[in-house]
Amino acid sequence: MSLMNEKEQRIAAIALMLFGAAAMIPFADDGYYLSLCVNIVMYAVLCTAWTLFSGPTHYISLATAAFFGIGTYSVGLGIDTLPFPLLVAIAAVASGVLAGLVGVATLRLSGVYFVIFTLGLAELVRQVVTWLQVKFLGSVGLYVFTDMTEKHIFWMLLALAAVVYITGWLVNRSRLGFALRIIGNDETVARHVGIDVARAKVILFMISGAFIGITGAILAPRFAYVEPPSAFNPVISFQVVIMALLGGTGRLWAPLLGVIPFTILFDRISASFPNHTSLLIGVAFMAIVYFLPRGVMGLIDDFRARHAKSRHAAAGVPEAAE
Amino acid sequence: MERRTLIKTFAASLLASAVLAGPAMAEGTIKIGASAPKTGPLAGGAAVTYWPAVQLWVNDVNERGGIDVGGEKMKVELIEYDDRTSNEEAIKNIQRMATVDKVDFIIPPYGTGINLATAPLIAKYGYPHIAVTAVADGIEGFTERWPNSFWTLGTSEAMASSLVDVLTKMREAGQINEKVAVVNVADAFGIELANTGKPKLKEAGFDIVYETSYPLQQQDFAPIISGAKDAGPDTFIAFSYPGDTFGLTKQATITDLPVKAYYVGVATAFPAFAQANGAAANGVMGVGGVNAASEAYQDFAKREVEVTGVAPDYWASPVQYASLEVLEQAITKAGSLDKAAVIEALGSETFETIMGEWKFEDNIIKKFWTVGQWQDGVFHGIASTGVGGEFEPIVKSGWN
Repeated sequence: MSLMNEKEQRIAAIALMLFGAAAMIPFADDGYYLSLCVNIVMYAVLCTAWTLFSGPTHYISLATAAFFGIGTYSVGLGIDTLPFPLLVAIAAVASGVLAGLVGVATLRLSGVYFVIFTLGLAELVRQVVTWLQVKFLGSVGLYVFTDMTEKHIFWMLLALAAVVYITGWLVNRSRLGFALRIIGNDETVARHVGIDVARAKVILFMISGAFIGITGAILAPRFAYVEPPSAFNPVISFQVVIMALLGGTGRLWAPLLGVIPFTILFDRISASFPNHTSLLIGVAFMAIVYFLPRGVMGLIDDFRARHAKSRHAAAGVPEAAE
Repeated sequence: MERRTLIKTFAASLLASAVLAGPAMAEGTIKIGASAPKTGPLAGGAAVTYWPAVQLWVNDVNERGGIDVGGEKMKVELIEYDDRTSNEEAIKNIQRMATVDKVDFIIPPYGTGINLATAPLIAKYGYPHIAVTAVADGIEGFTERWPNSFWTLGTSEAMASSLVDVLTKMREAGQINEKVAVVNVADAFGIELANTGKPKLKEAGFDIVYETSYPLQQQDFAPIISGAKDAGPDTFIAFSYPGDTFGLTKQATITDLPVKAYYVGVATAFPAFAQANGAAANGVMGVGGVNAASEAYQDFAKREVEVTGVAPDYWASPVQYASLEVLEQAITKAGSLDKAAVIEALGSETFETIMGEWKFEDNIIKKFWTVGQWQDGVFHGIASTGVGGEFEPIVKSGWN
């Protein structure tokens, strides 16, 4: 009858400790390592939010930049008139609504059609925003001057990460999460057993989009100057997909396994070889995809399986009996 | 099994080389950090304007034996990072330079957006921020917010109004009529210039017979050029970005656009513009300019090709170099590496640069080049806010 079983309680306790430890980081260093951590948490939130939808459904979305940009712009447009928390809420609603509209219109597309549409969406939103700004504001850049520093942004992102994980956990154990897993495995079967496939997908796409929008909103003060090329930077969309897939999408925390090592690895590469960054990152990608086709999560699963096997073997259980 | 060994070897060697490759330090050197795009959308511009000027300056200083700091000659050690044209990377790079590498000075990034995104951090660590490739209206507000920041390339407001002055003079001399076509790219700089330029044109008695804007990364300029041609203006103005500067000019050449004054925006001052357009470039006006006939510029251009293999542009390259000369002289005048003392010197002293004498007024260089024109293979400055040495504009006569 309890809310969580024993294993879940243990995981919750560990997670709480990890979050607590992470929240102390700004006291240890508020220079380069904090900035690196801001980037890590940012991508952790983006990748996990992305995985909320794309993990179970297997729909690759490249619309991250669109939601991110909407969030950034919500803050850029309103920072002089409205309080920041309200702007973050507006960002969530705006990107959630956009995700809903897009979802209703396009989630019937699948495979490569959906991928291409979402890529186009980011560009479309960027052009519409630019057009609106030129038409009504007479300029394209927006200034976001606040007193917030890296540590405030870090804490906000960390809190958001916690919310994303809790949401993901709740979704997973809900009917919605179950429905999505069935959709991901076989959409036709899902439809036949009476799941409202479109509704389930749209709801989750909205949740995922809203979180990405909030991330954009939180980061706006960090950039000070908001303009379409940086707010709707398509690189964000690709990086999120790559990192999430490298980590693995099977579990809620799997993207983290991609984000942390690869942010640090890429950082080391760009620090040590500033003139060959693209080349080395490309080589690293190819190596990773070749050697870890199922992401880091796959590696861990393999290791566990082997470990379990050898334990069995040690206990004298004949392999054929398994 | 073999595969796993391979991964491990690969990962280990990658990590090892990454960790070991940190730059070696020497006593008595000044560490200077630079973070700008080597990849991403702005990498092309930075490869012409930013990096070669930085490399040449480091080379020049060290050839002279270093910077004079209170009587001691200190060599410069450059630490460079690629910001991949991304704000997140740029912020992280500034943090790394300030707190891990502990550099003595920072050469600010390339591009308006990234300069503004990193300005709060550069200010937090107390470094002088001598911005070059950052042009926006509202600079006065920035210097109030960040008193450590210095702005050198000018304002878009002055660049647009200066162009209108040039055209007005040409009209008064009977070289062009009052009909103009104005187009602009729907992005930051293009919009700012158009917002200032259009009202100024009307004020000056010009008749805008054709106007339109187009999105960034537009490829097909045939409709714009033929639309302008049909309106029959003597003057064509495009407040454009690099891609469209080239695209519009190619299309104007093909269509044989019969105008007597032709102006395009960013990248007109790049040597590549003359290479791409050949004889058609002659008479083309563009944003920027420099005193290209001066000995100082010619010597700078020659040495930059010798040292870096890259020819400088006729606008921001020499300003980028001048900003570093200013940093060097400010360090010498301050007599120490103390950042606050250098900022103080920057704000109060007068400096000798390849761009002439520089003196910051309220942290801003108020004498800068605004309009240039290709004349016989050289992009000469034809208008400025009082620099001196301007060439007379010529009438555009044909495209070949």
